[in-house]
Amino acid sequence: MSARPGFVLEVDRSTPPTMFWHGEGFRMERLPVGSRVVYPPDATAPLADPVAEINAALDNPLGDSAPLSSLLRPGMSLAIAFDDVSLPLPPMRQPDVRQLVIEAVLDRAAAAGVDDVVLIAALALHRRMSEPELRHALGDRIYDSFAPSGRLTQHDAEDPDNLIHLGQTDLGEDVELNKAAATAELLVYVNVNLVTMDGGHKSVATGLASYRSIRHHHNTKTMVHSRSFMDKEHSELHTSNWRMGRLIRDSGVKIFQIETTLNGQSFPESFGFLYRREWEWNLRDRASFLATKGALSAVSPRLARRVMQQTRAGYTLASVQAGEVEAVHERTISNLLAHQLVQVDGQADVLTMGLPYIGPYNVNSLMNPILVACLGLGYFFNSYVGGRPLVRKGGVVIMSHPTPWEFDPVRHPSYIDFFEQVLAETTDPAELEAKFEESFATDPWYIHLYRTGHAYHGVHPFYMWYWTAHALDHLGAAIIVGGDRRAVQRLGLRSASTLDDALELASDVVGKDPSITHLHMPPLLMAEVI
Amino acid sequence: MTLEPVLAGICGSDLATISAKASRWFEPIVSFPFTPGHEVVAVRGDNGRRVVLEAVLGCKARAIDPPCEPCAEGRVGSCQNLAFGHLSPGLQSGYCSEVGGGWSESMVAHESQLHVVPEDMGDEAAVMVEPVACALHGALAEPRAAGGIVAVLGAGTLGLSLVAALAHYATPSALIVSAKHPHQAELAKDLGADVTTSADGLPRVLRRMTRSLALPGRLSGGADVIYDCVGSPDSLRQALGVCRPGGTVVLVGMPAPMRMDLTPLWQREIRLVGAYAYGTEQNGRRSFDMAFELVRSADLGRLVSARYPLERYEEALAHAAAAGRRGSVKIVFEPGITSRAGRRNR
Repeated sequence: MSARPGFVLEVDRSTPPTMFWHGEGFRMERLPVGSRVVYPPDATAPLADPVAEINAALDNPLGDSAPLSSLLRPGMSLAIAFDDVSLPLPPMRQPDVRQLVIEAVLDRAAAAGVDDVVLIAALALHRRMSEPELRHALGDRIYDSFAPSGRLTQHDAEDPDNLIHLGQTDLGEDVELNKAAATAELLVYVNVNLVTMDGGHKSVATGLASYRSIRHHHNTKTMVHSRSFMDKEHSELHTSNWRMGRLIRDSGVKIFQIETTLNGQSFPESFGFLYRREWEWNLRDRASFLATKGALSAVSPRLARRVMQQTRAGYTLASVQAGEVEAVHERTISNLLAHQLVQVDGQADVLTMGLPYIGPYNVNSLMNPILVACLGLGYFFNSYVGGRPLVRKGGVVIMSHPTPWEFDPVRHPSYIDFFEQVLAETTDPAELEAKFEESFATDPWYIHLYRTGHAYHGVHPFYMWYWTAHALDHLGAAIIVGGDRRAVQRLGLRSASTLDDALELASDVVGKDPSITHLHMPPLLMAEVI
Repeated sequence: MTLEPVLAGICGSDLATISAKASRWFEPIVSFPFTPGHEVVAVRGDNGRRVVLEAVLGCKARAIDPPCEPCAEGRVGSCQNLAFGHLSPGLQSGYCSEVGGGWSESMVAHESQLHVVPEDMGDEAAVMVEPVACALHGALAEPRAAGGIVAVLGAGTLGLSLVAALAHYATPSALIVSAKHPHQAELAKDLGADVTTSADGLPRVLRRMTRSLALPGRLSGGADVIYDCVGSPDSLRQALGVCRPGGTVVLVGMPAPMRMDLTPLWQREIRLVGAYAYGTEQNGRRSFDMAFELVRSADLGRLVSARYPLERYEEALAHAAAAGRRGSVKIVFEPGITSRAGRRNR
């Protein structure tokens, strides 16, 4: 049974208030009559037998790849790379889809007599995962089989002894990868494709690369020229990764790509009100919403954060594709869009959105102001395909989030300096890139913390800011409702206490009675403006 | 010479003395009873001209001849005869029973202590000359500040004046100031700081700037020169933690009695230098001459935030003790005024 598709509601006088995420909490907002609310499609029904689907995919690969089993032979070296803790969001309940897929791969490796197997968390420049996070993603059996012997590793983009430079693309882009992955006789990459940005050649070319390599596509220029980075066909980020991916392939790195999509149930049933449309809330949804909202607002922000960070998504496997990278990814994109695409008629003057407590880079941590900006102006703003954002050029984005001036010094040490030293001087992505990026990227202390602790790489806050570059370039203004005013000001954005105030501010930019579109996420959706 | 004080500043050392927090080190070099006030612009009793007081009571003021070696070299702040000669003990005017102090309507001073105030210099600028001379002397106490990475801890009168002095006379490659209050940070920037931060934020700023690694309470590297204008155990401890090995910590603020682990000083071979008062600088110029120039060029008269008549001394002292919190910098007495209203600039 196919899931109910996405829907665009036009607000009228009878429309109940719309729920906005607001960090760990919620706001109920009455949007002006005539506003449009874009609702994502419903979650699809779980597959009856996910393991059978995975086995079928491995045995019936796409593209010119042979079945996985026939690529395995005794004495060969096998590297299995997998997406890190930034996916999926929120973390899914166990068993994680990575565990299911890797168990199937390992079964085949064992059957073929492959002993030389190494697992690699494809961190790129993300923080290292903790043992509980690895156990959650892989399951205890895999963890206990590989970790004690050192065969469960985490990619280290700053380890000169375990990087290999494969060459430069036609455009002079360095391709430098994890040596264990690139020199294995077979590299299996296990993806969790939550959004269309994920996967394809980006998996290896970014996930297993060094700063020297990643800097070629994680920069202001590619971001400003991506319409959007969620749309491979209009994304400079992906074009660069594809050039690199083909160089990797031509260098003799043999990749067996596995991509998975999830069914969209991003919260457990107890949070069912999150993915039901407000006018369809039943008594239980209302009670659940009120109880959740009341409980979260009654406790300290720290406790509310802990409670929400412990929430596990009810995701189940929706599809799995395996084989040659490009063929696999094409099918994945098709599957994702089938689950997430919502067509919207025309751009709006104002785009509103509620931002939740979690994004890719604050799993088990807190969402600092830079990550707030990245989630709203990066990920949510860019949640479109087809070349046209939901909001018109010169329009306004209004985001709802408490945006506390707060940082996790263990995971985001360079973010603190970026916020206090760089953004205090300029918020212009190109200017701060030119003036500060290299010094942060090569700072020995950040490198030390990235390699030995659980810190994001020193350059990472720059990337988060570049993620906003397209929006900052496109918009006339961006406003945060209910945020810490000082923090919002430091971001270079405008601050409003209420949605009404924000709309009043927006009218200075787009005029009175603007057209308004509200992005009702999560669950995730991908918009296509027609 | 009899003087009629026009304005007399309230210094951190005055507050420490009044609140009995000053070190007992001073006991042999003060004499009781004394009238406080060593930051003084006054009118001469003989010709009515305005003068600034160079407060140190060195050999000349004590009629000691020949003078001690420091005084002979013009380094009056290091005078060895502060308890001798024909005056009672007293390191400065304002701490000596016989000469009085600026917090009064009349005091006496030796001719050698007086500097004529130019006609076009206001009283508020003039009263800043003495504290600025102290700051300037501190700034020039470490030649390696020129071209180095320099941090100033504290942004009260002394810290801000020192920032101005460094910016004018030392030109560090980077000048970082830790300021507790927003108005202090703004003034520090205006006076030449490249970066301002909180005391808590200072290690982070210096770590980034010097590309150091970090360990609890210290950086692997750090600033070339730290000027401690606070003089508390916390500030000195921080100074030793963020000063690079082989660097210099200049203690400019009057320190409180403290217990301090000097292991970092030893292990990192840090030079700890005291900088007290003024005299003749290493460039051969008198501190006061340079201070007059600096007060004028950096417009340091603006640091005077409020003026109080003597009769409102309790309010004045309370204001001075909370100057930072109240958005102020320098609080002064205005002995010639008896108005109950007083005057406030800020």
